[in-house]
Amino acid sequence: MIKIEQLSKKYKGAEAYSVSDLDLFIDEKEIFGLLGPNGAGKTTLISLLCSLIKPTSGSFTIDGLTYKNPNQLKQLIGIVPQEYALYPALTANENLTYFGSMYGLKGQLLKSKISQAIEILGLSKFANKKVSTFSGGMKRRINLIASILHEPKVLFLDEPTVGVDVQSKNVIIKYLQLLNKKGATIIYTSHHLNEAEDFCTRVAIIDHGKIISQGQPQELISNQKNANNLEDVFLALTGKALRDHA
Amino acid sequence: MHKLWASTYKEFLLLTRDIGGIAILFIMPIVLIITITIIQDSSFKTISDTKIPILLVNNDNGRVSETIISSLTASNTFQVIQKDKEQEARDLVFKGNYQLAIIIPEKLSSDLDKKVNQNVEGILSKFRLEEEEKEIQPEETILSKEVRLYFDPATQLTFKSSVKNGIDKMISKIETQSIYKAFHEQVSEDDTEVIFETDNFISFKEIVPKQGDKEIIPNSAQHNVPAWTLFAIFFIIVPLSINIVKEKNQGTFVRLRTNPVSYAIVLGGKTTVYLAVCLIQFTLMLAIGVFLFPKLGLPTLDVSGRIFNLFIVAFFAGLAAIGLGLLLGTVAKTQEQSAPFGATFVVILAALGGVWVPVFVMPKFMQLLSNISPMNWGLNAFYDVFLRNASFIELVPEIILLLLFFIITALISIVYNEKKNAV
Repeated sequence: MIKIEQLSKKYKGAEAYSVSDLDLFIDEKEIFGLLGPNGAGKTTLISLLCSLIKPTSGSFTIDGLTYKNPNQLKQLIGIVPQEYALYPALTANENLTYFGSMYGLKGQLLKSKISQAIEILGLSKFANKKVSTFSGGMKRRINLIASILHEPKVLFLDEPTVGVDVQSKNVIIKYLQLLNKKGATIIYTSHHLNEAEDFCTRVAIIDHGKIISQGQPQELISNQKNANNLEDVFLALTGKALRDHA
Repeated sequence: MHKLWASTYKEFLLLTRDIGGIAILFIMPIVLIITITIIQDSSFKTISDTKIPILLVNNDNGRVSETIISSLTASNTFQVIQKDKEQEARDLVFKGNYQLAIIIPEKLSSDLDKKVNQNVEGILSKFRLEEEEKEIQPEETILSKEVRLYFDPATQLTFKSSVKNGIDKMISKIETQSIYKAFHEQVSEDDTEVIFETDNFISFKEIVPKQGDKEIIPNSAQHNVPAWTLFAIFFIIVPLSINIVKEKNQGTFVRLRTNPVSYAIVLGGKTTVYLAVCLIQFTLMLAIGVFLFPKLGLPTLDVSGRIFNLFIVAFFAGLAAIGLGLLLGTVAKTQEQSAPFGATFVVILAALGGVWVPVFVMPKFMQLLSNISPMNWGLNAFYDVFLRNASFIELVPEIILLLLFFIITALISIVYNEKKNAV
């Protein structure tokens, strides 16, 4: 499904590579977790795969498409950004209608997709309220719906549950599992390692632009000495030093 | 097409949700145009209701000073306040209490008469008309006289020039009349006999364009509405650039970059909505000129037979303004960059375009710059329609320039956006 070969990215003026000679294969219908400390290269890798930035070297394909086929690739994927990429002055319905239209959806089909997703994510009552009045959890859910209306084959999620209440997180995770059951491949980054442990079928721990370990969560835990959970594995592999960067 | 429609509808919703913003977009240009027209209307009126108070120190108290005072009073422009001392008048003017003080020197009338008589006698003696009657007497030396003018340092140069020209003309006329009078006294015993016609032999008449039998005489509304309407239309670059910068900052542009939609479509939606705003602004301003101005005692804006051409010009001027707004919004990173730059740039474009000072009085270099100012093209096109009664065909060159400006700025925005994102 996703095949990454020797992929590297070095930003203009940067001293080090953000992603360095990275090889990775993600199979269809996987829920794949990209885990790593701040500045490890997770967001850069997702930005590369979404064609937001161009690689310095190496290549990747998603369902046979590369960044050289941007429009086809964009139709195939969905990205849920970490920020609420929504218009605060528009209602939930208006936001979703607009972003759905950008994927070529229209009319009754678009309406029914919006109402279905809104209902599953518990926002029916608020569909016609302005997004500016929503709580963080509600905005996260709308942010998610805006990316899946066109039923992408691959869904990238950049910390989709950051800053939300437990109930919202639960609804979001359940919905993502539902999408996965329907056939979507999910690539997900998070700092919530317990959540990743439960949610992902496979994870890769990435640091300094390279994958330092990958496998099923339980497999990684059992392979690491004295590790009881994914967090122990993560700290053992990436160290305890702070990773502040500006 | 569906994506363009969706983008347009989204822009429409965003604009209509910001009631304060809409009010500013429509109310401020109206306030601007009414204020400017009221202020400038007086300069177009031949008889003004407001008189400018000026000071006059009359050290002469003769025929000449009386003529100057009566001419100034009769002009209906000035209210003449007489002072006794030059020092007092000068201090009041230099403190800014008055715009102007005129100091008429001592013995101006008597010395002028003496000087003129000397000259006339000198001329007549050449014809040997005087020799027989009078002995030649040594001539008394009469020094030339100086009417001193004190201006408030804050007084505008145009006002100073017009006052100086007016007084110069007045003095020349008095001198001429004195010469005629001296000749008359020398050659005729009868004061009632008309020997010289003192009326101007050469006069001038302004020939204005006609529409049928009717003369087209532009009023202040015809001059002000196009200039300030264009100024208001170009101010659209401020809210438009802010709109684009806001989208970049709130992350929606990043989402759109992951969607299968081009930047051109996104800009297309903005262009459509903001162009509609420009045209609504324009309609409102025409309506103000036609319906409200007469009620405010201002001249009515005459749009008869011009509506189509006016909207054509407004459409393309609006496009040019929007192109600039798209470019500014694309390049600027923050609202703090786009808003002040946009507002200042519009003022510069207006100055270059001839909104405040006619292009022909500008220095050569500025005239060249003016030729590449879209506001100048728009203003010329509006003047062509309002003042020169131009046909559609005659507007084509300016319309093409405005359209090209939009295309070029929009293309630069798209290319710049591509380059910027190709990190």
